[in-house]
Amino acid sequence: MIEVQDLTKKYGELTAVRNLSFKVETGKIWGLLGPNAAGKTTTMRILTGYLPATEGKATVAGHDVFDEPNTVKKAIGYLPENPPLYPEMTVTGYLGFVAAIKQVPAAGRRAAVDRAVKVTALESVRGRLIKNISRGFKQRVGIAQAIIHDPPVLVLDEPTIGLDPAQIREIRELIKGLRGAHTVLLSTHILPEVTQVCDGVVVLNEGRVLASGSLAELAATLEHRHGRDGVVLKLRRGVEEAAALFKSALPGLASAKAGRCGSSGRRTETCGTRSSGSSPTGASASSRCGLRP
Amino acid sequence: MKNIWSITKKELGQYFGSPVGYTVFAIYLFIWGLFFTSLLRWFNDQGLQAAQNPYYAQQLNINQMVFGPVFHNITIFLLLLLPALSMRLFAEEKKLGTEELLYTSPLSPAQILLGKYLASLIMLVVMLALSSVACVFTFLYGNPEPLPLLLGYLGLFLIGASFLAVGIFCSSLTENQVVAVILAMGINLLIYILSWMAYGASGVLASVLNYLSFLQHFEDLVRGVLDTKSLVYFLSFIFFWLFLTHSWVQSRRWR
Repeated sequence: MIEVQDLTKKYGELTAVRNLSFKVETGKIWGLLGPNAAGKTTTMRILTGYLPATEGKATVAGHDVFDEPNTVKKAIGYLPENPPLYPEMTVTGYLGFVAAIKQVPAAGRRAAVDRAVKVTALESVRGRLIKNISRGFKQRVGIAQAIIHDPPVLVLDEPTIGLDPAQIREIRELIKGLRGAHTVLLSTHILPEVTQVCDGVVVLNEGRVLASGSLAELAATLEHRHGRDGVVLKLRRGVEEAAALFKSALPGLASAKAGRCGSSGRRTETCGTRSSGSSPTGASASSRCGLRP
Repeated sequence: MKNIWSITKKELGQYFGSPVGYTVFAIYLFIWGLFFTSLLRWFNDQGLQAAQNPYYAQQLNINQMVFGPVFHNITIFLLLLLPALSMRLFAEEKKLGTEELLYTSPLSPAQILLGKYLASLIMLVVMLALSSVACVFTFLYGNPEPLPLLLGYLGLFLIGASFLAVGIFCSSLTENQVVAVILAMGINLLIYILSWMAYGASGVLASVLNYLSFLQHFEDLVRGVLDTKSLVYFLSFIFFWLFLTHSWVQSRRWR
């Protein structure tokens, strides 16, 4: 349903996304996982037609994002990182406006608004001004505007950010409820969100894909690779102490070895900055503090 | 067309969802009333004097002595007031992050721009229509010529539409509404007073400056002269600024 091939986006000198490729199957919920500034928002903005890509190709629902922007825009519901709300409008007034600009025919708009309000449980605030409702409700209004035209594809940028734990749970349930009828791509920097909500994941760091696939596939590859090799952690400093700590803290650990990075100091630094991406590809690096489960 | 109207309706709703629309209307009508009553009172005094001097009585003309000066004064006021209507059109969308909604909807930038500009024009027309109530009384108690009056209103509309076109461009440049309003006032004032500079100039430069300034064309209309040159001037002026805005909004997505 969503297909991205060799996507690259440069902002002047800065490369936000490099050679990104991934695929999302119809009716599934896929997560874009990565730390801040990994390129998640940029990728979503390109998919929704808000930004053009520097290179590469993206198709949504079988249509090219660059060649047929309006067809794609009709097929996508998009919740940006900050919900795009007009504080002086009422909830239903706002949803009616979004329905109009998303080309819902005039006769079906009232029904579309009612449906979106029902799905996102906004009945209690439907007549209120958006500036007077709580953060959690605003986020729901954001999701309601994304589903108002019943699009086959939903792109949700950090849908649970800034909410309290109860609201996070509600929003996650809401998103899970959209599975099947919609193909969902959501971004997050919280790993449990992916394991709880998503069917598959694309892990991004510094604009590159570190891993992608369905959760089952990824778990299988991890087991396959690390069943033999162990897990490699790369640390900038305190390597020996960490090895000792792991030995004492994880009783099941078979062995923990500390090694050094390459001889030059520069090399050590490179290893250190990559430490957040504890990825399968890291296994080839020379610095290691090997842990064997 | 449907898309343009959707945007227009939203913008009109926002003018009246906040105090902006009401404030602009109220202040405009108050100032209009002030100009109009003071000039009308002065005109009445002239009428009393003219009763003793039949030759002077023939010179009295409500179009030239009341409406002309009122229209002139009100253009200066519109120059300051209309940027307050246009400033939020694009700047606010950027600030709120709602431009992401607009640009990811199946709308073209031209539809968004025209929808917003149309909303501000409707506000202008309503303002002018409300102020024309005062003119009804002059028809009840006197006999002004209707044609120069109508052309004067057309002039006010065209000059106001020009101010708004400059204003919408300034709004598209920034997400800060204060910057947008000051920039628009500055550009409008500069173009307004170009003909003052023409006094010092001579030859081709003087005629170019005179042509570029609003004043010359506006004066023709207020005097009751409908010259296609003036119409072409205002329409091309508006088109120029809308075109600039459209190019700027388009290019934003490629920067």
